[in-house]
Amino acid sequence: MALDEYEKRDFRVVGKRMPRPDAIDKVTGRALYGADMHVPGMLVGKILRSPHAHARIKAIDTSAAEALEGVRAVVTGADFPEIAPGEARNVRDNAMARDKALYDGHAVAAVAATSAAIARKALKLIRVEYEILPHVTEISDAMKPDAPVVQEGFVQENVPEGFSDNVISYHQYGHGDLDAGFAQADKVITRRFRTAATHQGYIEPHAALASFGADGTADLWVCTQGHYYVRQLCAEILQMDQAQLRVTASEIGGGFGGKTTCFIEPVALMLSKKAGAPVKLVMTRQEVFRASGPTVSSEIEMRMGMTKDGRITAAEAELHYQGGAFPNITVQFGAMAAFACYDLQAVQTRGYNVLTNRPKQAAYRAPGAPMAIYAVESVVDELCQEFDLDPLEVRLKNAARKGTKASYGPTYPDIGLVATLEAAQAHPHYSAPLGPNQARGVACGFWFNFGGDTSVSLSVDFDGSITVTEGNPDIGGSRVSIAMMAAEELGVPYESVRAVVTDTASLGHNEVTDGSRVTFAVGLATIKAARAAKREMCRRAAKIWGIDEDAVIWEDGCAKPAGPNAGKFEPLSIKEIAAKSSRTGGPIAGHHEVNAEGAGVSFGVHIADVEVDPETGHTRVVRYTVFQDAGKAVHPDYVEGQMQGGAAQGIGWALNEEYIYDENGRLLNPGFLDYRIPVASDLPHIDAVILEIPNPGHPYGVRGVGETGIVPPLATLSNAVSRAIGRRMYELPMSPPRILKAIKGG
Amino acid sequence: MSKIHVKTRINGEAAEFLCEPDETLLEALRDRLHLTGTKEGCGSGDCGACSVTVNGRLVASCLMLAAEAEGAEIGTIEGLAKGAELDVLQRKFVEHAALQCGICTPGFLVASKALLEKNPDPTEEEVRYWLAGNLCRCTGYDKIIRAVLDAAAEMRRA
Repeated sequence: MALDEYEKRDFRVVGKRMPRPDAIDKVTGRALYGADMHVPGMLVGKILRSPHAHARIKAIDTSAAEALEGVRAVVTGADFPEIAPGEARNVRDNAMARDKALYDGHAVAAVAATSAAIARKALKLIRVEYEILPHVTEISDAMKPDAPVVQEGFVQENVPEGFSDNVISYHQYGHGDLDAGFAQADKVITRRFRTAATHQGYIEPHAALASFGADGTADLWVCTQGHYYVRQLCAEILQMDQAQLRVTASEIGGGFGGKTTCFIEPVALMLSKKAGAPVKLVMTRQEVFRASGPTVSSEIEMRMGMTKDGRITAAEAELHYQGGAFPNITVQFGAMAAFACYDLQAVQTRGYNVLTNRPKQAAYRAPGAPMAIYAVESVVDELCQEFDLDPLEVRLKNAARKGTKASYGPTYPDIGLVATLEAAQAHPHYSAPLGPNQARGVACGFWFNFGGDTSVSLSVDFDGSITVTEGNPDIGGSRVSIAMMAAEELGVPYESVRAVVTDTASLGHNEVTDGSRVTFAVGLATIKAARAAKREMCRRAAKIWGIDEDAVIWEDGCAKPAGPNAGKFEPLSIKEIAAKSSRTGGPIAGHHEVNAEGAGVSFGVHIADVEVDPETGHTRVVRYTVFQDAGKAVHPDYVEGQMQGGAAQGIGWALNEEYIYDENGRLLNPGFLDYRIPVASDLPHIDAVILEIPNPGHPYGVRGVGETGIVPPLATLSNAVSRAIGRRMYELPMSPPRILKAIKGG
Repeated sequence: MSKIHVKTRINGEAAEFLCEPDETLLEALRDRLHLTGTKEGCGSGDCGACSVTVNGRLVASCLMLAAEAEGAEIGTIEGLAKGAELDVLQRKFVEHAALQCGICTPGFLVASKALLEKNPDPTEEEVRYWLAGNLCRCTGYDKIIRAVLDAAAEMRRA
């Protein structure tokens, strides 16, 4: 029963700011990330990439590279076995091109050599004969019936007619009578929006170290958000049993969704298999931009009707997303999330997924939602201006609440949007005075959150200390939260618990660290594992006392006799029970395996003050406040960190970040100098206000917090800039030239 | 081409290594000496993850040739703590939760140390501009800035 897990309680550990277990390693340089592992006999791998956006590979001659002294293996698409259609095949074809190079940067060959210098030299000796094909990188171009087709064979049956075969899937959500709804409005507006593709911008490039044994088993060390999924994909791609491939996740240097799949891992494994030696493969930053998984770009048409007192009567949106040369489901998430903040009687979203000659997109924090909600929140703001209404009042008037039927189907249980809006309204930021050329913007945001397959094992060690073994890479402080929940549930000091992330051979399956699922789902499984351990410790205490096990309860970290035996024996602590465990039946552990349901949706509201320089079009963010429902903030520092980090990424997306292609389909800015993410001097302090509306689906009320924070900034900034310059902005990023053009009426 | 023999001092101790003529100091630190606390985020001097000090000056080690380290005094993240005793900056980063994934943290610490040695009483704006060469994608910089200012205050009191 997913929605009746929550029980109100007074917390002893949860909610405090405990030291995280990996912090010392990370401030001293001891922590080992993807590229930090060295093993004896290790070779260096390098990848040759297509300089063309779309080209048939007529021939690849690797003989000169193979003949170079120090080269131990060369791999091309021909080395990978044929497999059934599906995501693993898409990942394989993205990791190494077969008959066509599908985008600038697509891998076409790889080498393993005894040094990086030899590997680089070998890449230059590989001769690839290309037949350059017409390419398409923009959404509207790719949808035209006569557009060059990126890949055949992906069009789903329900896609409406009239488009090229690049339009591969169609998704529709909503309810109610749109015509009747629009007829009730005092004003109906239709607006079109565009957002650029952006990159997650994690500071650690992808890295993998593969070691294939002659017996057909393999080990992979990799920076990833999900080593079990890496195992699943790579095992299918290399046609081996999952049990024969052990994947260990290194410390991860950021992911934000971008490390939820494979890019180089199958290549590292194939190089190691062919070379008969371990191979380390690390992407350069340029490779990360060109050939990992940025997010989608979008073109959105939004229509909304409002009464003059601020009631939204109907809304519809058509979303066109491109996510590169392979299928993805991001537009589906966008179509589901677009109107999730509102209680609407008539609503419809239609999403089209479009292939282009760009890299295969990957998830990026609340994938699909930021751009859809940017368009919705921009139109809401414009209508608020039209009727001279307070933008938070209007949002409160239309806000989704308990019992609202969401536009994507479900009826909400307890949710926190109204409380979050009220907190924003009451905050001093909302009424603070503004200076010249300054304006204030607000917007809401939403993310579904996720649970999924999760395994946890909790061991009561002989000295009474606790090891929690989990299988989700810790991307922002989850180990500390997991350890805190174990300590809370067992009634032991936090310091006696250690949470470790283990490899794929040591614990049951765990879904990827995504969907803001880890503190929710791994936390839930940890609490259940701790409860199993407590039941076992009560049994052991009963055995020691010689009483019935039903007559023992767990309280304050001790087993105590209860019922008719109450007070007859001194309570037994974990330490005492653990010390005797070998003599009372053996080691004590609890474990829990679950496909966790009941992940509570999370809402946020952002307020931004901006100052736009009318001479240069440059926007300075003067003040920024984030309000978000965390359900229960297990470790407030890291909840704030998620809210602040999401806001900063959203600010970059709104103001500056974009993938820029030239007329040949080549990426012009594959580096941090030209793809500029916010730096410390670009941002003010980002104040974070945590709301706690308990999630009924978690024993402690926890909701995921990782993703919602990137959703509101796009519209928050656009609304603020539009109000500051007196003209409405419809395209991201709002770079200075674009703002200057708007100011000058272009 | 034969390798170059380099004698240097790293974190106060003599060190020597052989390197290729075109090898960067970052590659030598990581791949020859296995001092992997210094990170590569971009290889082009844009992210600051590879920050070290050379003769007391803050340097992006991906932009310096290893051979240029001959006779120099190199400081890396591994030399910041005195044995088990953390530097005040390290302690403040932990206390303020100024890291999430932690990949940029060594670079931020080395750069912050260099700032506070030059300017023990920086304003928030000075800290933000000094650290503008260090990219962090997780935190939005908020807690990092607070940690550096708090470390500076504690160092001034000491």
